[in-house]
Amino acid sequence: MSKPRLVLIGNGMAGVRTIEELLKIKPDHYDITIFGAEPHPNYNRILLSPVLAGEMTIQEIVLNELDWYKENGITLHTGKQITKIDRVKRKVIADDGTEESYDRLLVATGSTPFMLPIPGNDLPGVIGYRDIKDTDEMIETARLHKHAVVIGGGLLGLEAANGLKLRGMDVTVVHIGPWLLERQLDEVAGKMLQKSLEDKGLKFLLQKQTEMLVQGESGRVAAVRFKDGMQIPADLVVMAAGIRPNYALAEKSGIYCNRGIVVNDTMQTYDPKVYAVGECVSHRGIAYGLVAPLFEQAKVAANHLAGYGIGRYTGSVTSTKLKVTGIDLFSAGEYMGGEGTEEIVLNDPYGGVYKKLVIKDNKLIGGVMYGDTADGPWYFQLLKDKRDIHDIRDSLIFGQNLVGDVGHAGNSKAAEMADSAEVCGCNGVSKGTIVQAIKAKGLFTLDEVKKHTKAASSCGSCAGLVEQILASTIGGAYTPAALDTKPMCACTDHSHKAVREAIVARHLISKEAVFAGLEWKTPNGCDKCRPAVNYYLISSFPHEAKDDPQSRFINERAHANIQKDGTYSVVPRMWGGLTNPKELRAIADAAEKYNVPTVKVTGGQRIDLLGIKKEDLPGIWADLNAAGMVSGHAYGKSIRTVKTCVGAEHCRFGTQLAMSMGIKLEKMLFDMYSPHKVKLAVSGCPRNCAEAGIKDVGVIGVDSGYELYIGGNGGIKTEVAQFLCKVKTDEEVMEYSGAFLQLYREEGWYLERTCHYMERVGLDYIKGKILEDEEGRQAYYGRLLDSLKNARDPWESSRDEQAIKQFIPIKLEA
Amino acid sequence: MSTFKFICALDDIPQLGSRVVQRATGGDIAIFRNAEDEVFALHDKCPHKSGPLSQGIVHGRKVTCPLHGWNIGLEDGKAVAPDVGSCRNFEVKVEDGQVFLAV
Ligand SMILES: Cc1cc2nc3c(=O)[nH]c(=O)nc-3n(C[C@H](O)[C@H](O)[C@H](O)COP(=O)(O)OP(=O)(O)OC[C@H]3O[C@@H](n4cnc5c(N)ncnc54)[C@H](O)[C@@H]3O)c2cc1C
Ligand code: HEM
Ligand code: SF4
Ligand code: FES
Repeated sequence: MSKPRLVLIGNGMAGVRTIEELLKIKPDHYDITIFGAEPHPNYNRILLSPVLAGEMTIQEIVLNELDWYKENGITLHTGKQITKIDRVKRKVIADDGTEESYDRLLVATGSTPFMLPIPGNDLPGVIGYRDIKDTDEMIETARLHKHAVVIGGGLLGLEAANGLKLRGMDVTVVHIGPWLLERQLDEVAGKMLQKSLEDKGLKFLLQKQTEMLVQGESGRVAAVRFKDGMQIPADLVVMAAGIRPNYALAEKSGIYCNRGIVVNDTMQTYDPKVYAVGECVSHRGIAYGLVAPLFEQAKVAANHLAGYGIGRYTGSVTSTKLKVTGIDLFSAGEYMGGEGTEEIVLNDPYGGVYKKLVIKDNKLIGGVMYGDTADGPWYFQLLKDKRDIHDIRDSLIFGQNLVGDVGHAGNSKAAEMADSAEVCGCNGVSKGTIVQAIKAKGLFTLDEVKKHTKAASSCGSCAGLVEQILASTIGGAYTPAALDTKPMCACTDHSHKAVREAIVARHLISKEAVFAGLEWKTPNGCDKCRPAVNYYLISSFPHEAKDDPQSRFINERAHANIQKDGTYSVVPRMWGGLTNPKELRAIADAAEKYNVPTVKVTGGQRIDLLGIKKEDLPGIWADLNAAGMVSGHAYGKSIRTVKTCVGAEHCRFGTQLAMSMGIKLEKMLFDMYSPHKVKLAVSGCPRNCAEAGIKDVGVIGVDSGYELYIGGNGGIKTEVAQFLCKVKTDEEVMEYSGAFLQLYREEGWYLERTCHYMERVGLDYIKGKILEDEEGRQAYYGRLLDSLKNARDPWESSRDEQAIKQFIPIKLEA
Repeated sequence: MSTFKFICALDDIPQLGSRVVQRATGGDIAIFRNAEDEVFALHDKCPHKSGPLSQGIVHGRKVTCPLHGWNIGLEDGKAVAPDVGSCRNFEVKVEDGQVFLAV
């Protein structure tokens, strides 16, 4: 049986992306034919600006080489414009007479520059800025002529003007508004931008209306004349006064259009056999002109073309970034403000920094940044997450506090870094390498950059920097997914939030049920989603869902930490950091018996035996168990340690019994698995020798009781724990900290530390649950105790023959 | 010529898990079993920095290395793009619930 035929009109960014998405999820479904009016394979249109500026070549911006079409069995017709869609006979006809029938049609014809309706707009030397041809013409003109005029002071116009200037032309930007980018910037910022562009040698004529373009003796354009009589020389006129969606072809065939091809949330037009994506589309009345929303459309269209029928496109919030080297401008969302909105503005004309944040109902809805755009991606994330910013409002304008980050030499502003500067300290990736990969490989998302360069793929502390580099390299094409809708991994379109909610609501108790019920795309997930799903299952239904060892990372399967040479480490628990001669003797004996090469005191107040062969693990555990010691869970996404100071037991400053409080907490939390590791500390007085200020839960003794702090972190990003409340008794310490940890266990996403969880939901939210609602708190506490009631030392498995099989290698005689 | 040698019963390898086979020379071999009870054998040495693949997470026909998360194809031992590299694969067969390895 022959396959159904899919025809794509428009070999551009949105259309080809749809085909790529389709091939990813259903490779052999269609016979695919693509028609493109341009004589090129699909290329990265947004990088035409760096090509014009001389920073890249056309070859470098091709996204899909001709071989890609061949390898995927796609018939490609370049240089052929479709002139007619015959919806009755279901075929398309090109200008050279080529015909092709379709079962499904995808229209992605993009848009064309708007040419001002003035006399002379068709003279030689008058062009728009849209494709390779325009770019070539500009480069060629710059070699032969002197005077360029760009009409339109928007992002596209400024990028064109900058490129022409760099190519040696004398460039004037004509703009009808009172200042540049008057839709994004207010007057002060617009003037700041103008000043820096003037410093680069550009000239500006504002509030000028163009009357006509004057023809010279050679036949090509020679001057621009304005309504006020002024006239300036022009050998080249670039119209950048807006774009018009290309929908005439579709409209002519009778498909309903209204300033764009009208589509529903599945990207289907009024003809059910015809889909449309890209700039030619009008979705809920909006035609988008940036890549990011078009890619979201592509994903949805592909899913429906594949016949899966999942996923709807519901519109996008967009952000833009001016791609002029040395100028930092970022805007996102509803930066104009309006009814019921408030604005926070930071304005430092001397320092060249301007920031405006637009807030409505305690949520960030838009913003503009000029000069210092380092926090652009962070603001954009807050905006997409619709995070309540009430609790961080007073410091919001100063941006995300990056001071505590380590691993990239204190750099927090990507634009200021040299190409050779190291961005990712874990994997040794420089800024230049990342920029190169983004451009050469056509990367659009943080995940893609992680995969291709390994930057931000280990500890992740540089993810913010990488996002900035991405944003400044591809401009508005970059958009982070809202956290609560971001798919868990490539196996599913569902987010952590959605998966967890489904598990609870539908009472799913096995990974198979989750994968089937939520239509996983892979048979048994991957290393990202399976551990997460397993955690959600066992934390939601602690005595019902069965733990699946094969869904756990090796450390939690082997109850030990894997080391770089494949050996393991063993860390017995020392409750509250206390030990005794018997335990120390057992540790010393084990170290000798198993030839342990390294013995070390850890940062968590206990002893680490390193370099142990996997087959020796069960034996060591049995020996330590015999001396009364249990696993320290130093390997797990679980309770790690409760660090204590010597406290009032001994210390002359002590106000509370820190050691005994710590031991009680550690016993309560024994064998607790959590979204990520959890560390506690108890200090006997505010001198805080146990460093409780950087723990997930920090307890500090004071004369009248204890102060509780939550969400601290001493790792990659040093986060100071925030004050939660003050309590009187040991029992209250257990109840409040237990309730908080249970809240985190129920709501934190897998691999989200308490500090990240807290950043996402806000301290106010946690206070509401733990402090203001007594019954709620007790319920959380109760659920924690209930799920830990059968806590068991994982090292007991050393006596279970079936369980230790995996530790024993099979020996093969030579 | 390599010959098939008996290794263990299929059920001695957990589903979506692995076992290590130690040889006198030539390094360890990891034997994997996936959810469909297909069995694969690879040199237990990740092409990246020699991580023990046997300790990874098995999914579909791939294993994720425990050290830095490379994905390795179980059939051919090739790293999944964009990573590049490969490790040796060995022939295995299952007969009557018994696993045999060609060494
Ligand atoms: C210089 C420049 C810089 C930009 N910078 C950014 C940026 O920083 N960030 C950002 O997000 N966006 C940017 N954009 C916008 C971005 O490039 C577009 O949003 C995107 O390319 C639109 O994709 P599309 O598939 O809808 O249209 P296109 O990519 O234009 O593809 C449409 C294709 O269809 C072809 N076609 C049209 N009609 C027919 C027909 N009848 N038959 C056959 N083929 C036909 C066209 O020739 C074209 O090749 C920039 C654009 C330009 C020009
Ligand atoms: C006014 C401030 C401080 C005073 C008076 C003080 C006092 C003490 C005392 C008396 C001890 C010894 C306890 C014992 O007998 O074993 C001690 C230990 C310790 N203190 Fe402090 N301390 C202060 C501040 C801090 C701070 C700010 C930190 C770290 C952030 C800190 C970290 C430690 C540590 C880690 C130990 C244990 C040292 C070890 O392992 O031997 N102290 N402190
Ligand atoms: S925190 Fe206070 S009680 Fe604890 S050791 Fe330091 S000084 Fe003593
Ligand atoms: S050793 Fe396998 S991923 Fe590094």
